[in-house]
Formats: sequence, C-alpha cells, structure tokens
Amino acid sequence: MSFLQIKNLRKKIGNAEVLKGIDIELEKGGFLVLVGPSGCGKSTLLNAIAGLLPLTSGDIVIDGHVVNDLHPSKRDIAMVFQSYALYPNMTVEENIAFALEMRGVDKSARAEAVKSVAKTLQIEHLLKRRPSQLSGGQRQRVAMGRALVRQPRVFLFDEPLSNLDAKLRVEVRAEIKALHQNTNATIVYVTHDQIEAMTLATKIVVLKEGTVQQVGTPAEIYNHPANLFVADFMGSPAMNMLKGKVVSSDGASRIVLFGDDVTIAIPPSVSAALPQGKEVIVGLRPEAISDAGLADPQARSIAHIDADVTMVEPTGSDTFVTGRLHGMSFTARTRADVHVAPGQKFPFAFNLDKAVVFDPESGERID
Amino acid sequence: MSAAQETVSAGSANTARYVIYACLIILALLYLLPLYVMITTSLKSLDEIRAGDMLALPRDPSTAAWVKAWGEACIGVTCGGIKGYFWNSIRMVVPAVVISTLLGALNGYVLTKWRFPGHKLVFGMMLFACFIPFQAVLIPMARVLGTFGLANSTAGLVFVHVVYGLGFTTLFFRNYYEAFPDELVKAAMIDGAGFFRIFWRILLPSSGPIIVVTIIYQFTNIWNDFLFGVSFSSGEASPMTVALNNLVSSSTGVKEYNVDMAAAVFAALPTLFVYVVAGRYFVRGLMAGAVKG
Amino acid sequence: MTTIEPVPVVEQRRSGPSFADRLRGTLPKIVLAPSFAIILVFVYGFILWTVYLSFTRSRILPVYDLVGLDAYYRLWSQPNWYMAMKNLAIFGVLYIGLCIAIGLFIAILMDQRIRAEGVLRPIFLYPMALSFVVTGTAWKWFLNPGLGLEKTMHNLGWESFKFDWLVNTDMAIYTVVIAGVWQASGFVMAMFLAGLRGIDGEIIKAAQIDGAPTVSIYRRIIIPLLRPVFLSAFIVLAHMAIKSYDLVIALTGGGPGNATELPSTFMYSYTFTRSQMAVGSASAVMMLMGITAIIVPYLYSELREKHQ
Repeated sequence: MSFLQIKNLRKKIGNAEVLKGIDIELEKGGFLVLVGPSGCGKSTLLNAIAGLLPLTSGDIVIDGHVVNDLHPSKRDIAMVFQSYALYPNMTVEENIAFALEMRGVDKSARAEAVKSVAKTLQIEHLLKRRPSQLSGGQRQRVAMGRALVRQPRVFLFDEPLSNLDAKLRVEVRAEIKALHQNTNATIVYVTHDQIEAMTLATKIVVLKEGTVQQVGTPAEIYNHPANLFVADFMGSPAMNMLKGKVVSSDGASRIVLFGDDVTIAIPPSVSAALPQGKEVIVGLRPEAISDAGLADPQARSIAHIDADVTMVEPTGSDTFVTGRLHGMSFTARTRADVHVAPGQKFPFAFNLDKAVVFDPESGERID
Repeated sequence: MSAAQETVSAGSANTARYVIYACLIILALLYLLPLYVMITTSLKSLDEIRAGDMLALPRDPSTAAWVKAWGEACIGVTCGGIKGYFWNSIRMVVPAVVISTLLGALNGYVLTKWRFPGHKLVFGMMLFACFIPFQAVLIPMARVLGTFGLANSTAGLVFVHVVYGLGFTTLFFRNYYEAFPDELVKAAMIDGAGFFRIFWRILLPSSGPIIVVTIIYQFTNIWNDFLFGVSFSSGEASPMTVALNNLVSSSTGVKEYNVDMAAAVFAALPTLFVYVVAGRYFVRGLMAGAVKG
Repeated sequence: MTTIEPVPVVEQRRSGPSFADRLRGTLPKIVLAPSFAIILVFVYGFILWTVYLSFTRSRILPVYDLVGLDAYYRLWSQPNWYMAMKNLAIFGVLYIGLCIAIGLFIAILMDQRIRAEGVLRPIFLYPMALSFVVTGTAWKWFLNPGLGLEKTMHNLGWESFKFDWLVNTDMAIYTVVIAGVWQASGFVMAMFLAGLRGIDGEIIKAAQIDGAPTVSIYRRIIIPLLRPVFLSAFIVLAHMAIKSYDLVIALTGGGPGNATELPSTFMYSYTFTRSQMAVGSASAVMMLMGITAIIVPYLYSELREKHQ
C-alpha cells in the first residue's frame, strides 16, 4: 500500500494554475525525486506536501490519513531547505532541539536525541557553534540533523545541494544516499539536477509546467523516456534526436536515418503506429553511438558508418565526438584515448537496440 | 614626454586634493559654527555678550546661565526653569517610543511573513500616513483629546505620537523583515512553533539593528516634535521644545541670551547624545525613512 | 504507467481545519487590526473630518452645517494666504535646490577617498539630530542684527557690513532658507554619498579605461546614475518644506509682520488664534493636496517596483 499519495492535486496562484492535477504515489521507504526545469511546479508541490501552501483542490494522504487541512507541524514531516534555514540566533544544538522543544519533549530527552543525531552525522564537535560559524557543508549537515531528530514519517528535501560547490555536492549526495539506505526513511526530494535525480531516486517524477510527464524508476526514465521532453531533459549530454522516415517493403517496415545509411527494423508489434512514409524522431543516447571498439558486443544490431567529425570534447573519462552526416549533427561518446580530430572522417558504431522512437507531432514515444 | 606629463598631472592632482581638503574643512567649520556660538554664548555673562564678539571664546566661562536655565528661568508665569519640561519630554518620549516600536515590529512581521490578500493596500495606507501634513489632523485630534480628557496631558501626547509614529515603525520593520528569509519561518512552522513563538524566538533575536534604528528615529522625532506639543499641551504640561520656544520668544524683561542658549543646549543634548553614541543607526533610520528598500 | 489504487482513508475527508488552526490563521490579522484601525480612524478618518470642516463655517468651535466652498473662497481671498504661498514657493525652491546642490557637492568631495571621512561626516549631519526649535533659536541668535554676525563683522573691521535679514520684511524668508539648508543639507549629502558608494566600481573603471577625465565621469556617468537619489531627496525635501512649521516659529515667529508666513503657520494661526477654523481647515486641505500630489505617485512606483 502506498505510504504517500497525491491525488489530482491542483494549485492556482492568482489566475495561473501552477499544478494541474498531479497524481503520485510513493511506497514506505521510497526515495521520490521531483525533477524538472525551474518553474515546473516542483517546489510548489513540495511546499503543498509540507502544508506550507494551501491547496486549490485534490488530496494529500500520508500513511492513510488525509492531511490537507493539517498544520505543517502536525503532518509529521521534516523539511530540509535550500538555504538550510538554520535559526541564526541559536547554536547548532538548539537548532536541532528546537522542534522537540516545541513539542514539549523534556530537556534530558532532547539532549539525548540531539546527541545521537549528532553522532550519526558526525557533527558532535559543532554543537556549540552558531550557523554563521559553519561552512556550507556543515550547515547542510545540521539542516539534515534537524530533520532527522524528529524521526518524521516523511522527509522533504528542497534542492538541498544547490548551494554547495561541485565537489561537496557529490560527497553530500552520497551521504544522503547512504542515510536513506541505513534509515529506510521515506523521502521526497526536489531538484533541477537530473544527475541527482538519477543517483538518488527509487522513483523519479518528471514535471513540466505543472503536469507530470513521466513517473518511473531512474532506469525507466533514462532508457524509455515517455516523450521528447523527458528524453531531452534527462541525461547529459542530451539524447540525440534524429529525423527518420518509415519505409515499407516486402511486408516489413523499417525506419531509415541519414538518407539511407542507417535502417532500423521495426518490430511487428508497433508497425501499426508507423505507416509508410511517416516522419519520426529517433532518440539515441550519446553512449549508444561510439567508436567500434567501445560498441556493445551484446547488441543485436549495430550500424557502422563513417561520418565527418566537427568537434571533439575530451572530458577525461570519455571523449564526446560530434559527427555530421547528411546535414544532421549527433554526439557520440567514445573512449578517451580515441584518435580523432575535427575535419576527419571517423567510423561511428550506432547501437540501434537502444533507439527510442517518438512521434514528432505529439512528442510521445511510440513503442 | 609622457613622464613629464605624468609629473604635471601628479602635481595638479596634489593641488586638487589640497583644494578638496580646504573646501571640506571650511564647510565643516561653517556647519559647526552655530553650535559653537550656541555653547560659547551660554557660557558668557550678559555683559560680555553685549560688549563682546560672538565668535570669541568666553573670557570667564561660567555655568551660571545653565543653572538659571535649568532651575530658575521664567517660562510663562512660572519661574522654575526648564527642568520640569525636560522631564515632561522624557515621560512622553519613553512610553511613546516603546509602544510604537513594539507595534511596528508586530505589524512588520505580519505584513511580511503572514501575508493576506490586501496586505499591499494596508501597508500602502500605513506608509502614506507617514507623510501627511499633521495640520490635516490637528483640529479633530484636539477635539478628540478634549472629549476624552487627554488634552494637555502627557498621556494624550504619548497617544498622539504612537498613532503618527506607527507608519514609520511599521515601515522600518517591514523592510527589515522583508529581507529575512521566509524559509526560516517555514522551518519554524514545521518544527511546531506558532505565530508568537516564531516572532519571539526566531525573528526578534535577529532584529537588534532595526530595533536600535527604530528607537533612535522615534526618540529623535518625538523629542524634537513641536507642532503636537504646542497644539495639545500648554503651560506646565508642555514638552521641552515648546518651553524653549516660549522662553526664547518671550518679550518681557531683559533678554538673557546666555540663558536662552543654555536652554537650547539642554533641549539639544539628548538627541545629540544619541547621535554621538549611535550615529550610524541614526543615519540608517533617516535613510530608511527616505529611501525605501 | 503506474496505476493508482484506491486507498482506504481513515480520517473523514474534508473535515476542514480545526478551530485551533482557524484561529491560527486569523491571528496575524487580529494582531495587525488595532494598528490598522488606529491609522484608519486617526489618519484617514481625521482627514475626512478636516475636509468636512473646510466646507462649514466653523469659527472658534466646529459647526457642522455645510456651506460649500465658502471657506476656500475666503482662503484664496486672504492676502496672508498669498503671502504664505509665495513664501512657500521661494522657500521650497531655494531649500530643495540648495540642499541638493550643497549635499551633492559635499558628497562628491567626500567620495575622493578622504582620510578624515569618519570625522567630517558626523559634522555635516549633526544638525539633522537637532530640533527645528533649537535650530531656529541658534540661528536667531547667530543672525541677531545687533549682537550677532553683524557685530562680529564690525569687530573684525568691516564697519559697513549690514545684515538685518531677520528683521527685514523682504529678506526674512531667506533666513529661514539658510537655517533650513544648514539643517538638512548634511542629510542630503549622506543620501548622495550612499548612492555614490552603491555605484558599481567596474563601471567607473571601464570609463577610466575609455579615457574619460574625472569631471566627465561624474557628469556623464555618475550623476545620471544617481537619478533615484535625486528623486528621493526631492521627495523628502519637498515634503519637509510643506510641513515646515517649527523652524519658522522659532526663527521669526512668522514675522516680521507676515513676512515669513508659510501655509503651516497660516493654518495654525487661523485655526487656533484667529478663530477661523473653516479657513484653517481649508488651508490644511490644500497642504494635504500638495503633499499627496508629490508623495502618492512616488510611493506607488516604489511599492510596485518592489513586488515585481
């Protein structure tokens, strides 16, 4: 049974509908990441779950209880804010203990709880300091401590890593992941960073302009994006979107790309959706296009094609090579030590098993 | 060639700096002159004033005029000096400042952290109230104070100053709390703190600077007020500024310039003291009242 | 696609917020209400009351029979009122103009990395901490024709020096300007200085690299960037000029004769000493209209910008 349920949630701010009927479920112990570009409504949704914003319509159910009309403090949730929102006038210890104090927990129990949380987060040496005396990473930890000490039913994270520098972000991300694994807490996490979403989530919800685009595991979202928006938003560099056309001959349909250079066989199950002559968009992740040496030996259909190289971007671990063929550019992910320079021809290997086909008009995936 | 030019320009830059410093020093002396004359005159005897030079230092400094201004000078029909009026002002200023600051803090808190539809209109109306010419409320206020028996009383003046100071105190705290992160209030709400507890435990402890600014601004304004004092009080219930004006403008008897100046110094002392001690906050208050945001 | 299974809901749906929660919701309004009510009654209510009185024939005491614009006709037929308006025009223009000119001048001087800034700044600003009554008293003495500046100049050997503006009907209003400028120009300086310090240093560096001389940098770049400060200073000073009352009373008492009458002194004397309450009210309404015309557009634009 779902632990957290959001049913047909709508939120209007002024005349603008910011959330347009959101339905989400999360099982106990799940890690739900709400991801989307800025303005997609993800933070609004999180604030609505917290009770910090009144709903226009719909229900929020936590552990079988409708909490729509409950005050934030009575929803048994804890929230980690983007700015950490540590009370500047209190020490770390007082910050962590504040929620317990408000709930009338007595002093010794409070001290005990603070101590155990501080131990988990390894911030025992910071307890007497004030927030202004802490580094960004330490503040982040204290903010998590403040959430953890409550042992709430649901943790809410509002872009908690966006104020950290790149290196620290990766570290804290791993810590949050470990924390989730160790405590089995139920977490709703908002981010605009698709890598955070991929690494942390057990379930990802992609939002755009107040509507859910896709709900699924990170693998589902990444490998089988529901539409062009999700395909483009998740993954960096972005998925290659190649124009293709359906060609039927001898009773079998194929999609042809780059003039006639690449053809993809269409399984009979979807051929109904793809009549002769239909324009389609074929999505291929950069890692599905590579040099022959890196090509997946398990793949059933690999197309080897020479194309002009227009740009080479080494990242250290891999090299991204931009190729151009029949007027279409694409990005390939090759081995780091591949020898190639702009202007040369390069033999690319296209792993067509990984191809995803979209309808260019609706933007939806065609399975 | 270029080196020569450089030395020339360095030389002219030096001259320019001398001119700048000279200008500033002369201007500073001009600004100090009235205060200097006020203080030296108060330390001179009447004979010396009549005979001598206004700019000269007192030949034989004496605090006689100060003593007289404080305890003996005749204001109106009574001759008890200005001390009673000085205390009147203190009794008026302290409660008026405390009450208006406290209300302003609460108003600013509500108007930034507990917004409701129409909050902008409410704030706009309170803000405009800061700027009205008080002449437009003088007659009704005189009637109402009279009706409630508050005319010519310190309580009445306290009330008037609270009412017409509210706009400013609200403005100060609103602008300050506007910059106070909303997330802290949200965090405290989730932690289970209510309206007053969030104010008391989270916002107020961080409001030190704006409290000082507001108190100084209100103190200076109320202490220096003349219009309300002269309109709603008379005789021995008057505040300091009114008494000073009565003393100085009285045309009976010998004009004792040294006593007038001593009384003026007394009237100026509290606000000057605050200015010297906390000038930074004083300026910030003036600015906040002038340039919003 | 995920399917959404119906979940048994324990609590009754839409029971609405509890009483305590509803109280919590209205508490902020309850806290704000007394202040707002006070402002409504004692500011806006009283303004309406004053407006009403201006349409009556109230003299020493208010009467409430409406007689239309009678008081306004009488107001605008008073030579005293014309004197007050003329003086306000002279005082307003000179006071605002000089305060801004002197304030900007000192601010630019102070912005040249002056070593003693910490000493000089408080000196220019201290008059603002003084009561207008103290300022008036001090300047009244300083400009005293018999014993003040004039005598000092005679003592210094300038026997022909004559400075009797304080008692000269034609010149008395200028003494009010002098004292007013002395009091407020330091504050305007502080506003400009804050504005100057707020200008992005990189803009000035860019202009220097472009080869602009200092004077041009000020004239072409810095002063145009200070436009908002000019506006704020104008608003504050205009508002102070219209309200200005204490200074005139302490310095000249409105005299000699009615030479330094201002709308504020006119209102006070007609209402409280000459028993012409309706005319006094009408003059107060005129003052209010003047200030409203200046302040409301300003406040409106400020509040709008802030919430964009």
